[in-house]
This record gives sequence, C-alpha cells and structure tokens, in this order.
Amino acid sequence: MTTATGYNFGYLDENTKRMIRRALLKAVAIPGHQVPFGSREMPLPYGWGTGGIQVTASVIGPSDTLKVIDQGADDTTNAVSIRRFFAKVAGVATTERTTDATIIQTRHRVPETPLREGQILVYQVPMPEPLFKLEPRVAETRRMHALADYGPMHVKLYEDIARTGHIAISYNYPVMVGGRYLMSPSPIPSFDNPKLDRMAALQLFGAGREKRIYAVPPYTAVKSLDFEDHPFRPIRADATCALCGSRESYLDEVVTDDAGGRMFVCSDTDYCNTRQAAREAAE
Amino acid sequence: MAYVAVKGGERAIDAAHAWLAEARRGDASVPELSLAQVEQQLGLAVDRVMAEGACHDRGLAALAIKQARGDLIEAAFLLRAYRTTLPRFAASLPVDTNAMLLRRRISATYKDLPGGQVLGPTFDYTHRLLDFALAAESLPAAAPEVTRAAEPAPRVTGILAQEGLMKPETISEAEPADLTREPLAFPADRSLRLQALARGDEGFLLGLGYSTQRGYGNAHPFVGELRVGEIAVEIVPPELGFAINIGEITVTECQMVNQFAGSKTEPPQFTRGYGLCFGHGERKAMAMALVDRALRAKELGEEVEAPAQQEEFVLFHCDNVEATGFVEHLKLPHYVDFQNELEKVREIRASAFKDAAE
Repeated sequence: MTTATGYNFGYLDENTKRMIRRALLKAVAIPGHQVPFGSREMPLPYGWGTGGIQVTASVIGPSDTLKVIDQGADDTTNAVSIRRFFAKVAGVATTERTTDATIIQTRHRVPETPLREGQILVYQVPMPEPLFKLEPRVAETRRMHALADYGPMHVKLYEDIARTGHIAISYNYPVMVGGRYLMSPSPIPSFDNPKLDRMAALQLFGAGREKRIYAVPPYTAVKSLDFEDHPFRPIRADATCALCGSRESYLDEVVTDDAGGRMFVCSDTDYCNTRQAAREAAE
Repeated sequence: MAYVAVKGGERAIDAAHAWLAEARRGDASVPELSLAQVEQQLGLAVDRVMAEGACHDRGLAALAIKQARGDLIEAAFLLRAYRTTLPRFAASLPVDTNAMLLRRRISATYKDLPGGQVLGPTFDYTHRLLDFALAAESLPAAAPEVTRAAEPAPRVTGILAQEGLMKPETISEAEPADLTREPLAFPADRSLRLQALARGDEGFLLGLGYSTQRGYGNAHPFVGELRVGEIAVEIVPPELGFAINIGEITVTECQMVNQFAGSKTEPPQFTRGYGLCFGHGERKAMAMALVDRALRAKELGEEVEAPAQQEEFVLFHCDNVEATGFVEHLKLPHYVDFQNELEKVREIRASAFKDAAE
C-alpha cells in the first residue's frame, strides 16, 4: 500500500499533528479532563469519527499496525471506511486481530481481549461532556468540572432509582477518572465500563465536532458512578453466543424471523472468530 | 445466515460507490455538465458553497457542486475538507469594503445618497412567473451598458456616525480569534461570532434572523446598506514589508441599523448588525446581520431570552457541516447501544411487573 499522493503522511500536516499531540499530552497529564483543540475538517463527516481519526492520525507511525472497529466488528461499513482511509493516507499495516494491533480505533465498544502495555485504544466520541443532558451550556459545565460540582449527576441517578428502581443509563455510563474528573466513556455499553479501570493500554478520546480531547493513562482508576446500596452492575443479554458459545462476551441480538426468533452472537468479531478457530483446532 | 447480511462489507461499499458515480452522471445520452457551466450558470450556488465552505475559489466550488450532485451542503463539506489541507502562508490585511467596486448597492434608509442606489442584477423586482422561454436555449438580449459610478459611495453607517447617531464599535488591535484553528470558547467575542456566522448555514441563520423580526429578540432593523462587489485582498509578505495585492474577491456586505433605547449613561442611538459573506449572498448577509445584532443583547444590556440572542445556541448550531454530520451519523449502526437499551428496558419492565404482581 502506498500513501495517496498530494497528502502528508496520515493526512494532517505536521503542524496540526503537533498541535494535537500537545493536546494529547495535556490530556494524559490531567486524566479525564477535556482539553479543547483546534479540530480540523476531515474528509469524513462530523459524527462519523473525525475526533478519533485526528487522534489516530497524530499518533500513528509507519511501523504501526492499525485495527478499526465499529460496534465491536471490523467489517461494519464505517470501520471499513476508516481503515481504508488510513491505508490510503498513511500506508500502514492494518489488522483485525486485537493482539496484533498497536493502535485500535473504536466506536461504541472496548475489545473483549484484554489490552496490554504499549497498545493505544482510540475512542470516537460524539459528546465529550458527560453533563450535557443536565446542563447544555459549555461555559457552565466547565465551571462545574473546575469545582468538581457533580451533585446534579448523582441527583439524576438517584431520581432514576426513585422512579424505576434502577439507574436508567445503559450506555455512555458516566465514570469518575482518578477520583477527580467526571468523564463520558463514549457510548460504549456499560458492560464495557469495568474494562476502562486500570487498563494497561493508553486510552485516548477524540471528539472532532465538539473539538475536545481527553485521556485515561495506563493503570488509572476509572469508577462507574453508583451508590453503596445500588452498586454499579454491567449488564448483557442473558444468552450464549450462537457461533462461539461464549457466556461472557457482549452479545448482539439478531432477529431471525418475524415470529419472535432471536439469535445472539458476539459483538466483538475478532474475539468470536478466535474462539471458533480454537474450538475447531481442538476438535 | 442473517448475521452476515447485517454487517456491512468491503464489496457493498465498492458497489455503492460505483452506483453513486453512475447516479451522479445520470443518463449518459444527456451531455455532461462542464465546470465552466456550473460556475457561470449556477453562479449563486457556487457563491453559497464558497461562503459555507469558507474557501473563495469558484472553480473548486463548481467541482464540489458537480461531485455532490448539486447537494450544496455536501459541496460545502467537500470544499472545507479540501481547504483544511492547504498550508496557511499569510494572513491578509483587513479588507476595505468602502473601496468596493460596486455591482449592487442599495439603502433602505435613504431615498438617495452619495454614490446612489445601484440595483444591479437582482431578483427583487422580477415577477416570479416561470419563464417557459428559458426551457429553450437562447442568449438574452444585451443589458444596457452603464459606466460605473466614479463617485465614492461612503457607507450609510458612516453617515449616521458623523451625526453621532451610530453607536461606535469597539476598536481592537488584538489578533482576531480563528475558529479554524482554535475551538469555539465562550463568551465569544464579536470577531469570533462574526466568523462563525460568516460560514454558518444560510437556512439556519435565515430562520433565526426571521425569528428576531417576529418578536423573539425584539429587533427593529432597517437595511442601512447592502452592497455587493469586488474588493482587493492584500498581504504584507515579511520579506517585503509592504502590502501587495494578491487578487480580488466578491463579497456581499449588509449593515443593519437597529434602534437602541439608550441607558442611564447613554442617550438613544442606533446600533449596528453586521453581515459579510463570500460571493453574492444577500439573504445570507442580511440574516447574519440580524443575528449579529441579536447576539449583542448582553453587551447592550438587553434581556437575553430568545434563541437568536443566545450565543452558545447560535454558534454551536449554525455550522451545517458539523450539523449534517451529526444528524446523519444516526444512520451508522448503533446496535451495541441499542442492545444495552433493550436489556435495560426489559430489566426495568420485568421488575415493574414483578412489583405489580406482588
């Protein structure tokens, strides 16, 4: 694969990459804090991963191996499109294997296979502000973060419990990072939240349209908000993967007919394929 | 198995792109559009794409329109994505719209004024009757030639200012903000607001500007002046140390004159709403001027109540490239989140039924 002619390695010019790397360094230094950055227009639309793409473009080098997933899968259309983009503008090797990748860009999932030191997980983030549903004014939420004024979020969770008996947030479930900053983990299912806690890999979050970058350095404490009498509980469909038999992984529900037929399969295609291959090898 | 069909794939994307290219071209027996035809005969579409694409290049805008099959927001997006890759080698000096070579210049506040009223090429006084003769190809009769006024056309707001009736603008030598390099920050100063509005979506600004006329923002505007024409762009290269002209651009400028009741410390005056955009875009420049004035509410000590007066609301939502991206991203798969939502709803419903049964 060769780099598309007429564009710099990784599409962005070097000055822009330097600007983004500075924002990333600041983000790593203040875990969970949203750092404004001069987000650029990208040739992919806002809301389709421009933040993640800019972060990846700024940290990727010729020797990297890139994996891109959307909904946990490598072959979803947007993942294919982003992987092709980097193959075209950076000419890097790409992979579908979680263990082979040095950089994994993701939308909506954290891989099932635990990540290791040296790997970077880049999240695409639509709304970086965890408080935006409670307070839409950015100037005001900045103040709330500065003062660690997170009472309204706890009140919201409490009201959920009072009304329904449950915390009614299923994805994009807010977390406290390093005991200081309230952070949106991006719209991953809350099932994935525990994986963020003390993860060995570096986690970078890019929000292109909202022009914010934040980060969780390796081995940082990430705690999902809860109450002593209502502890956080990740949920998944109570079923088994029809392809690999996993009872632990996060499952997609596939409607098989119009008579209520359902099938459950792993959302993480690499995890599922690896397990299927191992089972076949054992047989 | 359905599972395979649910997930996308490389072949599907390739096929879709090929189909798109075919659909763009349309019936191959119809002659293909040339960029020159788009640029010349769909000139106002080109102007709008340059304004919202924030890049003054008629040829590139025409290409973007052709590539986007006439979808002007998609075309603006293409142009933005291209301009962001260009190196920035200099910043221009402030352009002088007083020195504009006028194609059109009207004032609604004075019947006549120095420099005169110049109607120019406008739809304003046409009857909106479909002209079936246009369906056949023909050359229009030549318009009568006029010599452009050599007489200077001072800006109407300047005339009011001489009398002390126009609230003077705060003059600042500070480096203006640059939203293509730094994210929006609030409170936003006027230079930043105007920048965002100048490339903002014409339809969104039109609706907001209209709302200020209908009581959501309490505006009493007059078109002090609307002018369209060519202005020179100058830069000072560091190695030369003096200004050189690097070309001309077409712009539309609107200065709205608004009432201002005055306060304890200031007698009543008029205040300005300002609009400027690339190309010939009167609706855009006027709407921008209305919204600019509405956004000055706080500065002028007015109540901030209406949507058009709230800068976060206006500035965060006026960019159509950002807006269309986020709205349209809902087409992307969300089944991981939806699955979690399904399980959560089932869980809550199950416990509700259990409670009801007990």
